[in-house]
Amino acid sequence: MDLISTDIAIIGAGGAGLRAAIAVAEADPSLSLCLLSKVYPMRSHTVAAEGGAAAVIKDDDNLDYHFHDTVSGGDWLCDQDAVELFINMAPRELLQMEHWGCPWSREPSGKVAVRPFGGMKIERTWYAADQSGFHMLHTLFQTSLKYPSIRRFDEYYATDLLVEDGRCAGAVAIEMRSGRMVAFQAKAVIIATGGCGRIFPFTTNGAIKTGDGMAMAYRAGVPLKDMEFIQYHPTGLPGTGILMTEGSRGEGGLLINKDGYRYLQDYGLGPPDPWPRLKAMELGPRDRLSQAFWHEQKKGRTIRTPHGDAVLLDIRHLGEKKINERLPMVRELAQSYAGVDPVHQPIPVRPVVHYTMGGIHTDIDAATPLPGLFAAGECACVSINGANRLGSNSLTELLVFGARAGRGAAAFAKTNPTVSASAAREGAHAAQARIRELLVRERGSETVSGLRKAMHDTIEVGAGIYRSESLLQETCRVLADLRLRYDAVQLQDRSNVFNTDLIQVLELGCMLQVAEAIAHSAARRKESRGSHQRLDHPERDDANYLKHSLATYRGSEAPIVSYCDVVITRSKPAKRIYGGAAA
Amino acid sequence: MSENVMLEILRYRPELDSEPHFQTYTIPYRDDWVVLDGLNHIKDHVDATLSYRWSCHMAICGSCGMMINGEPRLACHAFLRDYRHDVIRIEPLDHFPIERDLVIVMDSFIDKLSSVKPYLIANQKKVASDGENLQTPLQLMAFKQYTLCINCLLCYAACPQCGLNESFVGPAALALAHRYNLDSRDDGKEQRAEVVASNEGIWECTFVGACSEVCPKHVDPAAAIQQTKISASLDWFKARLLPGAHR
Amino acid sequence: MSRRPYTRKVKRSWWLGRRRYVVYMVRELTSLFVGLYCALLVVGLWRLAEGRIAWDGFLAALASPLGVLFQLICLAFAAYHSVTWFALTPKAMPLAVRGEPVPAKAIVGMHYGAWAVVSLIVLIAAGI
Repeated sequence: MDLISTDIAIIGAGGAGLRAAIAVAEADPSLSLCLLSKVYPMRSHTVAAEGGAAAVIKDDDNLDYHFHDTVSGGDWLCDQDAVELFINMAPRELLQMEHWGCPWSREPSGKVAVRPFGGMKIERTWYAADQSGFHMLHTLFQTSLKYPSIRRFDEYYATDLLVEDGRCAGAVAIEMRSGRMVAFQAKAVIIATGGCGRIFPFTTNGAIKTGDGMAMAYRAGVPLKDMEFIQYHPTGLPGTGILMTEGSRGEGGLLINKDGYRYLQDYGLGPPDPWPRLKAMELGPRDRLSQAFWHEQKKGRTIRTPHGDAVLLDIRHLGEKKINERLPMVRELAQSYAGVDPVHQPIPVRPVVHYTMGGIHTDIDAATPLPGLFAAGECACVSINGANRLGSNSLTELLVFGARAGRGAAAFAKTNPTVSASAAREGAHAAQARIRELLVRERGSETVSGLRKAMHDTIEVGAGIYRSESLLQETCRVLADLRLRYDAVQLQDRSNVFNTDLIQVLELGCMLQVAEAIAHSAARRKESRGSHQRLDHPERDDANYLKHSLATYRGSEAPIVSYCDVVITRSKPAKRIYGGAAA
Repeated sequence: MSENVMLEILRYRPELDSEPHFQTYTIPYRDDWVVLDGLNHIKDHVDATLSYRWSCHMAICGSCGMMINGEPRLACHAFLRDYRHDVIRIEPLDHFPIERDLVIVMDSFIDKLSSVKPYLIANQKKVASDGENLQTPLQLMAFKQYTLCINCLLCYAACPQCGLNESFVGPAALALAHRYNLDSRDDGKEQRAEVVASNEGIWECTFVGACSEVCPKHVDPAAAIQQTKISASLDWFKARLLPGAHR
Repeated sequence: MSRRPYTRKVKRSWWLGRRRYVVYMVRELTSLFVGLYCALLVVGLWRLAEGRIAWDGFLAALASPLGVLFQLICLAFAAYHSVTWFALTPKAMPLAVRGEPVPAKAIVGMHYGAWAVVSLIVLIAAGI
């Protein structure tokens, strides 16, 4: 097997991975850096983010407000030292993006503009029309081309981490175009592979969000933290799950049920007027809005569509000019995929899985418990998002912790020796044997699509917006069964060149592992907090559960879930207050 | 009443096939399906050996460009309802080598993209404490549409010059260069000119205009290139006629 | 290595495949006639320089049936070329007045206007 020796390997070239790569290149251009991605960088799912990135920049705003909004939005499960760092670093990271050419939308004065977003007391979401993630990703990718030390390996699918003497020693990857496997012997590795929304049947996430990096770290002994916290975005299109940005509510959009009633006022988010009003009604936090939908559905007040129940997102009153200027992509998406022109008709929407608050356990320097391994972005859990993420904190998170991971990995690589090449080769051969076995297997009885459907069915039932003990236990049982059945999956395509059947099988394996972490963590947490809501434990229980869950991989047995403390500094857990009079 | 649709797909498995050949599949017709949904149906239920790129399913990642009935389209943006009574012929994007099935080799594009220096080149280095560069909404509007390129390569497939001349830098790369040249914060036009205003750059373009017609994001690369021709020509004259100008 | 990328050849008849390419090739063909007419004018200048007899011979050739036919074809093709050229101008020269983009129709219209004015001047100068 080919061996490439490098100081740093980064797996994932989305917002966090690219930011980390630039940080390494700027910290020390003499460090060798390999940036791996299973897709070309501009295909990374950062590209689909729409609304914007939050940072305190305006005179009427202050860092304390951002801190409190984030901590309370996360239902006090956020590590407050991490949030402190995050909100402090945020403005300079977004300014850096502007200096790199990001086309932020502007005020008439020429300063960057900000828009209101869910759960935020003051407007602080920087935006680039309604394609903020797209512009940020392309700015980062294009900027990365300036740095000769960033060596890219596009369409390399990383399968396993290499671990030697309790240290991360690199990673193994498949060069997708040829099928050949390459071992990257690295002093430091950064995982930036994104979330795992594709575990669920209805999601805003693209095909590539299959939790590969989470699973790799998990299998290497790093716990996955807070996996039970899965965010449902309140406004996705029924069927395709395509995202209708929170920005449309930030601009004044309304959510109405089948009676034309703004139902959110029944769920502690009212009164409905005056509107728009920050932290109230349609600008409440995502978990509360998604939960309100579930209740409306139970009451029979949702509308029927060919793809299930929905409510209506109404932006007609914004007028055509404003929609074309601030929400052009929302209009185009609604027209193409829902057959509705939002200038004239409301858009059918429903909650769809959008974001994984949980992920690879890291500290505030983006370092995992495995020396030499770092993680940043959606695949990581620092945690700054706690039990529920506020919209527009995630794009900023990519930059803050991507940069941190890059600098941390650079420092680590400079002060640590290389792991021996023979150690790297050994680990690589084990991975290669696993892949080879899949390729030669002839009488498997399962198909990728069959197992995937079974996973979708069970996770939707057990780990949806509202959960209960019996359904969660059943899901755990089914997932354990799927784990066994996976060993009998049969590849139809056994070729070497761009074998996407093989890639899908490997992605499915990762998803099944991560799904078990989700289900078991959810079953163990017997309280309701943020986006994890239990019908059988409807209250928040700070006495027992003001803690992060840690799911540890145990191979052919179910994961073990343990707990660690949340870092509380200056914000003691309180009631989350939204709605009320004008702030 | 269940209808079916026939997809005629160009297959190529280099380890099995000496050259590409068509294979026909039948998929169910659904009113709100796009061609990509049809491909996913084939992969999940009929033939898992079909290889193609896709991800976002919302025309923003640019992965799923392919020739659909001879026209470069995004598979996630081409609705079955628009091809209702046809056999739909699907091939990989024109003007690129075929790696496998509907997957093209796009190395040449990546090289061309890098060659135009598609990043902000500012004479003054700024730090965070300097705050943001001021840029009015009008200044942003000047280059905004050229920022919208999703690198889907439909324009390269549509452009006959890309087909006839492999070294043509191409519409998307040139549109991106124009984006930066028009950005009020940028000072890099001269540095980009070496590639952009070369024979393989804007001067290979004969304003067919097909690129702009097929662009799913209305970037209008043809406009970008023609505008660059005018500005490059003016720069050429200025360099030679004005005193003290760079040679 | 199992890779064997396949390069599809571009056929000589590539432009016959779709209407937009046929239209393009016709437009390009008309420029040939624009060029030929320019060459004709150069020949005219040359004949003028050679003296009265040469010049009269040139005018007679222009007035011959073949000459008239050629000029009519050139006129038609040059007009078509101009029309397609004008239609494309808004792309090459986007104008904005006080931040609002000038509509494409106005830019095209200005070109026709200029064409009309120049034609008028030429016709008056020619004594018509």
